[in-house]
Amino acid sequence: MNPQPIDRYAETLARETRDSVSASAAITTEKRVDILARDFPDPDGLRRLAGQIKQHTLEHLDDYLAKAVRALRDNGVVVHFAADAEEARKLILGLLSERGVRRVVKSKSMATEEIHLNDHLAAHGIDCVETDLGEFIVQIDGDTPSHIVRPIIHKNRREIARSFEAHGLGDYDDDPETITRRARIHLRSKYMESDAGITGGNFISAESGRVVLVTNEGNARFSMAPNRLHLALIGIEKIVPRDRDLAVFLNLLARSATAQQLTVYTQFINGPRASTQPSGPEEMHVVLLDNGRSRVLATDCREILRCIRCGACQNVCPVYRQASGHAYRAVYGGPVGAVLSPLLAGERFSDLADLPKASTLCGACREVCPVDIPIPDLLLRLRARAKEEGVRTPASIPMAPFATLATSPALWRTAMTASRAMNHLPTAALPVKPLREWLKLRTLPEWRGGEFRKWMKKRKQS
Amino acid sequence: MSDTEASLFAALRETVSGLAGRTPLPDYDETILLASGRLGSGSEWESFAANFEAASGRPMETTADLATFLKEGGHLRGYCDPLLREKVGSVLQTAGLEVSYEYDRERYDDFAFGITRASGVVAETGTVVLNDHETSDRLAALTPWVHVAVLSEEAPVHRTLSDAIRAFGDCPNVIWVTGPSKTADVEGILIEGVHGPGEQICLRL
Repeated sequence: MNPQPIDRYAETLARETRDSVSASAAITTEKRVDILARDFPDPDGLRRLAGQIKQHTLEHLDDYLAKAVRALRDNGVVVHFAADAEEARKLILGLLSERGVRRVVKSKSMATEEIHLNDHLAAHGIDCVETDLGEFIVQIDGDTPSHIVRPIIHKNRREIARSFEAHGLGDYDDDPETITRRARIHLRSKYMESDAGITGGNFISAESGRVVLVTNEGNARFSMAPNRLHLALIGIEKIVPRDRDLAVFLNLLARSATAQQLTVYTQFINGPRASTQPSGPEEMHVVLLDNGRSRVLATDCREILRCIRCGACQNVCPVYRQASGHAYRAVYGGPVGAVLSPLLAGERFSDLADLPKASTLCGACREVCPVDIPIPDLLLRLRARAKEEGVRTPASIPMAPFATLATSPALWRTAMTASRAMNHLPTAALPVKPLREWLKLRTLPEWRGGEFRKWMKKRKQS
Repeated sequence: MSDTEASLFAALRETVSGLAGRTPLPDYDETILLASGRLGSGSEWESFAANFEAASGRPMETTADLATFLKEGGHLRGYCDPLLREKVGSVLQTAGLEVSYEYDRERYDDFAFGITRASGVVAETGTVVLNDHETSDRLAALTPWVHVAVLSEEAPVHRTLSDAIRAFGDCPNVIWVTGPSKTADVEGILIEGVHGPGEQICLRL
C-alpha cells in the first residue's frame, strides 16, 4: 500500500506552515459558529433553506439561466457562453484585443483560476494584475491560491516580506500593515492605468439580472471605477431565482467565510454605466462558464453545484488542516474540492479519484456548509464511482489475502495470536514495508489478537 | 444564439427533464433571516450607528464634527460632490480645509478625503447604501483615505437587509459599504485601508 498523494504532500509540508494553516482555520471555524448562533434563532434552518433554494435552482437551471440571460441583456450587458476553459480564454482574449486593451486589473475570482486566465493573457501581451492582496502575492510568487477565501493561508509574513523585497516593493519589512500599504501604493497606479477590469461574480439574480460581487478590500469596485470595460466570468451555477433570495445567501456567505455579518463591499451591478450615471465602465460583458458544470449537473453529485465558495468546509476539515490546499492538486481543495475537482476533471476523473478517499467522513463539512451540501455522501458516491470504473488509486489495498484469512477460522485464529509478536518487535523490523511507512506517522495500540474469541468461549461456558 | 449557448441549453433541458421529484422553490418568512440582536431598542438610526461602529465605521451627525475629525487627522485637502457644496463643502472651507468640487483623476493622491452622497443606510448591518445615480464619482469614494457618505434627512433608514433589497427599484448599481476597506490575508491579521478608504464616515445631515 502506498500512502495517498495527500498524505505524501502533507509529509513534505513545513511544520510551521501546517501549524499556521491549522490554527487560522480553527479560529475561523470557531468564530463562524459564534456569529451564526448569536445572530440567528435557527442557523441550521437557515442553511437548509439556502440549500433548498439552490437545489431548486439547479434542478430548473435551464429556466433560470434563460431568465437570467434575458434580464442581463435587458440591462445592457453583453452575454457570452463558454463551454470550456479554452473557449473562455479565447473569448476573453478576443474581447480585450478587439478593444486594444493592454492593461487589466482583476479582482479575485475562482472561475478565472479554473481557466488559468492570467497566464493566457500574459502570453498574448496583456498585463493582468491581481488586486486582492492575497492573490497579488500569489501572482508575484508564481504560486497558486491554497484556500478559496484566504489564498495565502499557507504563507507567513516573512515569506511575503521576502517576495516584496525581491519584486522591488521596498526593503524587507514583515509588518502586515507595511505589507498592505506597499501593495496599496503599488496597485493604485495599476488601477488608474488600467483599460479594463475583470471580476468573477458571487450571484446573479434571474429576476433582475443583477450581478452580485462581494469583497472586503473594495478591489472589485476599484476594478470597475477608472476604466471603460467590465468583464465578469461567472459559472452557470451562480444563479439565484429572485432578488429577495440574495438576502439569504449574503447573510450566510460572509458569516461562513470570515465570521463577518456582511462583507465590506457588496455590489449589485445592473449593467454598464447609464446616461444618468456620472462614472463607470461603458461596456459590461458577462461570460457564463460551463467548463464541466452541466456534466456535474447530470450526475448524482449535483448538490456540489450549490457551493457558494465560502471555504468553511476547508477551515473545519481535519485533513485540510494537516495537508493545506495545494495537497489537492486542483483549483478547489478541501472537502468541496475533493468532490468538485474530480468531477470537473471530466475524462481525467481517474487522475483525481484519490481525493474523495482523503477524508475521515467525520461529517464536519456538512455541518458547516451554508448551503447544506451532503459532502460526506457525495464523497462516498465518488468512491463508488472510482470502484465501478476500475480506477486504481495509490491507496487501493489488495483485499484478497484478507479475504482468505477471514474465511478460514483456523487460519484466522493462528494469525490473531501469532501477530502478538508484533508487540515485541521494533516498528522498523516489521516485515511489511507499507506498514512500516504507515507507522512512521502513527502509533499502533497494543495488539490483543485472540482476546475476543477467548471471551466468547468463556461466556458460552458460564 | 451561439452554438455553445444552444448546446448548453439543450444539455441542461435534457438533464433536468429527466429528474424525478424536483425540489420546489421554498416559501419562507423573512424572520428566519433577521439578526434581531443587532436591532437595539432605540431608533433605527441608533442601531445603524452601533453596527456601523462595530464594523469600524464612524457615524457623525454634524458637519462641525466632520471638520474637527478631518483637521485632527491631518486630512486637509479633498473632494466634495458639488451638490453638497452648500451643506458640507463650504462649512469645511470655512473651517480652513481645502475643498475641490471637481475630482481630477490625474491628482488622485492629493485628495485625502472624498465626500459623496449616500442613498440610505441599513440598521441591521450598519451598512451605508451608495448608488451610481447619486455617486458623483466612483473614484472619489475609493481613492481618498477618508470617505464621507452624506445621508440626507429624507434618505431611508432600512431596517433589514431584505428591506434594503426591496428598495433597489431600477437603480443601476447599488453598493453596500459596511466599514472601511479591510483585509486579513496576511496571517489573519486585520488591516484597514487596503485599496479603498481606511476611514469610512457616514454623515447624517
